[in-house]
Amino acid sequence: MLNIELFLFFLFAVMAVGGAVSLLAQRHPIRSALSLIVVMVSLAALYLLQGAEFIAAVQIIVYAGAIMVLFVFVIMLLNAGEEERTGRSRLAVVAGIPVGVLLTALLAWGVSGGATTQASVETVVQPYDTKQLAALLFREFVFPFELTSILILIAILGAVVLAKR
Amino acid sequence: MKGNDLVPASYYLILSAVLFGLGVVGFVFKRNIITIFMCIELMLNAVNLAFVTFSQQHGQLDGQVFVFFVIVVAAAEAAVGLAIIMLIARNRQTLNVEKVDLLKL
Amino acid sequence: MSFLELHPVLVVSVIKVAVLVFVLMTAIAYITWFERKAVARMQSRWGPYRAGPHGLLQPLADGVKFLFKEDFTPGGVDKFVYFLAPFLALALSLLTIAVIPFGPEPIEILGQKTPLGIADINIGLLFLFAVTSLSVYSVALGGWASNSKYPLLGGLRSSAQMISYELSMTLSVVGILLMTGTFSLREIVNAQEGFYFGFIPRWNIFAAPFPQWLGFMIFFTAAVAETNRLPFDLAEAETELVAGFHTEYASFKFAMFFMAEYASMLTVCFVTSILFLGGWHSPFPANPVTPYLPTVLFAGLGLYVIHDGLRYETVFGRIVLPVLGLVMAVLGAVFAVPAVNAFIQPTFWLLTKVFFFLFIYIWVRGTLPRFRYDQLMALGWKLMLPLAVANVVLTAAAMLWAGGR
Repeated sequence: MLNIELFLFFLFAVMAVGGAVSLLAQRHPIRSALSLIVVMVSLAALYLLQGAEFIAAVQIIVYAGAIMVLFVFVIMLLNAGEEERTGRSRLAVVAGIPVGVLLTALLAWGVSGGATTQASVETVVQPYDTKQLAALLFREFVFPFELTSILILIAILGAVVLAKR
Repeated sequence: MKGNDLVPASYYLILSAVLFGLGVVGFVFKRNIITIFMCIELMLNAVNLAFVTFSQQHGQLDGQVFVFFVIVVAAAEAAVGLAIIMLIARNRQTLNVEKVDLLKL
Repeated sequence: MSFLELHPVLVVSVIKVAVLVFVLMTAIAYITWFERKAVARMQSRWGPYRAGPHGLLQPLADGVKFLFKEDFTPGGVDKFVYFLAPFLALALSLLTIAVIPFGPEPIEILGQKTPLGIADINIGLLFLFAVTSLSVYSVALGGWASNSKYPLLGGLRSSAQMISYELSMTLSVVGILLMTGTFSLREIVNAQEGFYFGFIPRWNIFAAPFPQWLGFMIFFTAAVAETNRLPFDLAEAETELVAGFHTEYASFKFAMFFMAEYASMLTVCFVTSILFLGGWHSPFPANPVTPYLPTVLFAGLGLYVIHDGLRYETVFGRIVLPVLGLVMAVLGAVFAVPAVNAFIQPTFWLLTKVFFFLFIYIWVRGTLPRFRYDQLMALGWKLMLPLAVANVVLTAAAMLWAGGR
């Protein structure tokens, strides 16, 4: 019997995998970027399904709403066109994709064999609170937090210096 | 939302592994440098999903804090990486990684 | 067991969504009418006057025009992205209305008690910001997909402007979050109940320990920039880059961009009144006179419309306007009935505040000149972001001094 959580999981999982396959299959980078946005939004929905609401919102605001905008801007500014098809890599595609699928299957088998199978994501949704997350972030993890702010400053400086004429 | 008829954690982990695998395949096979970078972001997202799943499974919020940091670092990396890509495009006039194969122009 | 009894929440939600979308579309149409009339009066002219009495059928005429114009697609565009951009814009603008609470009392639909408002999620405010971040794409993709330089430049400029002002907008509400401690919009309104000293309402712009005036002004200005309205509408002004990112869009798709802009304007007005001005709480403490303000307003307006309608030029106007005035006067009389009065009060005050902000939006549009692009970006990054950060720091300091949470 299909309950609503399982249905929603499959819906968003299919959307995510579809977006990822589209990312690989599309030739024009802007369509790949749009597919990646679809993947990110469906992942945000999956985080919501697990009860991680703040992370879902941050994923959309920062990842899909800022980082991907940066990607889209660069693609538009560089006027990136479609990828050309070269015949050279036909062998690589024929031999490589099965290997890739094998790698994934291996990872998935190892991962699901390792996870305690019956401990489902028991979202005994400990009324998870943004306040608890904030307390953790600013108490135990305050040092990495300050370090990441310096990291962002360095990244800004680097990007500005690199992109200047 | 309590009980055992929820989605098992292994489903989320398998999805995360599939997305990661697709990211690796794309990273190896694609030729446009921006698309390769996007496959890196796909891999990071797959890892984020695994972190959140484990965090919920063990009932601790540490996993979510780590996801927060991964997102921040991905943002910094995207900024610098795209600046480098723009420089490459400006100097080599191509976005095809197979053509950027000489150290000196 | 009928479908209604099996899934009561679903059916009631669908009904609420349908009613709300219908009301919203009509409201958008008449906001355009009101804007044209108001801007015209500020410029000493009449505004729409011909299509129906006092131009009241102008939105209908515009809608018909948009439907019947030729819907061409320029050559060489990326068809998928070209079709996606206006749909995305409209869908995202309409999505934000889902988390806005319209009133405190639950109402009964089909025997089910349900709150006024579609959903009250406890990250309501974050949801709004998430949808605002995504709406940058509609502009950027719309500009790029048109395969022409003016829309591309307009789209890039407009999206750069939107992401710059998004930061100040998000930071300026952190003061409220610190004082209220929750993201849920309904809780934020509930926390603004009551009066200080008996007559100053406990709205967030007057709130102790730190009144959020600075936050309010930054939020409203940043929101005007986000919705690409004058004085920040460089990207779509007619005298600038032809028409900016929607140059190459024809009838219905242009109408969708247009509706998306007005819908997001309306959402911003709702969110500002909810966050800063106390939502549905009346500014007057409980007294016997002010609850009858809706009655006075509607009855007065109704009588004026009757008086004006009886001397109108066209025969059609002489019939329609007095009927309209009569309906309004009767509505005013109905609002005087105590049961209806108690029910209508919160929604009336919310709508008054929303109307006030809409009027400010339109007033500013009719009055101020446009910003140049570099002035606009300098304002966003060098003035508003530091002020927003200062607001957060001062609010936190005031809370710590006053005893903290």
